[in-house]
Amino acid sequence: MTIVYWAAYGMLGAGALLALVRLGMGPSLLDRVVATDTLLVIIAAGLAVHAGLERDPTVVPVLVVVSLLAFVGSVSVARYIGGMLVGSADDGQDVGLPEAAEERAARAGEAPR
Amino acid sequence: MSEPVSPAAHRLRHQLPLLVWLVLVWNLLWGTWSWANLISGAAVALGVTLLLPLPPVVGGSRVRPLPTLRFVGHFVADLVRSGALVAWQTVRPSGIDRSAIITVQLRTDSDLLLTILAESLTLVPGSMVIDLDRERRTISLHVLHVRDEADLERQRAAVLAEENRVVRAFGSPEEVAALDAAGGRTA
Amino acid sequence: MSALEMVRDAVAIVLLLLGTFLCLTAGLGLVRFPDVLTRMHAGTKPQVLGVLLIMVGAAIRLQGWSATWMLLLVAVFQMLTAPVSAHMISRVAYRRRHVRRDRLMVDELNSGGGVRDRVYQGDEPADAPPEQPGAALAKSREEDEAR
Repeated sequence: MTIVYWAAYGMLGAGALLALVRLGMGPSLLDRVVATDTLLVIIAAGLAVHAGLERDPTVVPVLVVVSLLAFVGSVSVARYIGGMLVGSADDGQDVGLPEAAEERAARAGEAPR
Repeated sequence: MSEPVSPAAHRLRHQLPLLVWLVLVWNLLWGTWSWANLISGAAVALGVTLLLPLPPVVGGSRVRPLPTLRFVGHFVADLVRSGALVAWQTVRPSGIDRSAIITVQLRTDSDLLLTILAESLTLVPGSMVIDLDRERRTISLHVLHVRDEADLERQRAAVLAEENRVVRAFGSPEEVAALDAAGGRTA
Repeated sequence: MSALEMVRDAVAIVLLLLGTFLCLTAGLGLVRFPDVLTRMHAGTKPQVLGVLLIMVGAAIRLQGWSATWMLLLVAVFQMLTAPVSAHMISRVAYRRRHVRRDRLMVDELNSGGGVRDRVYQGDEPADAPPEQPGAALAKSREEDEAR
């Protein structure tokens, strides 16, 4: 049983840590939104794992809140970034916005993995 | 529908599934079934639907048990298979293949069916809906694992097959007939 | 502990471990993948399969219907909301050009026409007008011709 505890929380912790790495590295705001989303999902998963392993149903309502919070958070940030992008443009693109860090990196010839 | 129905009653009948769903959620959130929960849930649901009205879903839908079962079965199989595939691509040393953005010409013209289709396509790992052109009925997907043209064709065929299953499971008879006319396979 | 309970616990623990492994791959993919869209594939998809597995595992372990119903509710919420947020973020990502073109095999969303004015489409966010409209337009034309 101890092995199961270690394995489960170890994998969750490593996943959360990697999500935090992406959260810190960026490079764009959207990357950080995705990382935050993933982090919240991993937290919800951790709560569920705790509830399952300890047979402790008291954290289950918290789980509902966390899972909804992830959705509301990422959608509101996406709407904030997107501004008033409602209609679909012909080729679905905008210009004149800050150049994406990925494109800059690709042009510079380096491929950050 | 020959007898005249008042607009309020008409609206109420259209919103009945939503009301039932809201009461159900309320009861699940409380965690126990009781009359108090049921009544307070009904009150909250009525309040929510009156204060925050939603546009009605155009075109009623039906659920056919057998095709629905097939749709769900295929969906779960897809979920597990491509979930494993994406997980393998993240852990293998060589990383991911190139990805692609494909557009697919759809055949159905119903908001509800397109919503179900887009949701199920996005839920399956490896494909993600980017844009849906409602007027031209095209859907744009970002797909993760493509190596060559054959892969692209396979992905397109998979989208059309998914559409086929969705329409056969939830579409009205006219929509199924339109799908048949448009060359939908009976797969 | 009866044999049935042993089997049930074993199944639940296997499901929990599989789910946590998928959470690990989510973090891994988030770090390894090259751009926003591919990272979203890695990051938001364990919401579906991994969380579903963990919910089923936890529901098997937890006794009592109240918790089971609530876990079911969480799973349903996840399945309804995950595609919506994924779609919103990916759409904004595509429109803001957070896409590594060199990693795309084809981009059929953008291959519809020839040279096009991509500076003013009429649906720009009001808070972010082009800083240098002329330069942006020239660059967009240049890109179209180079393609």
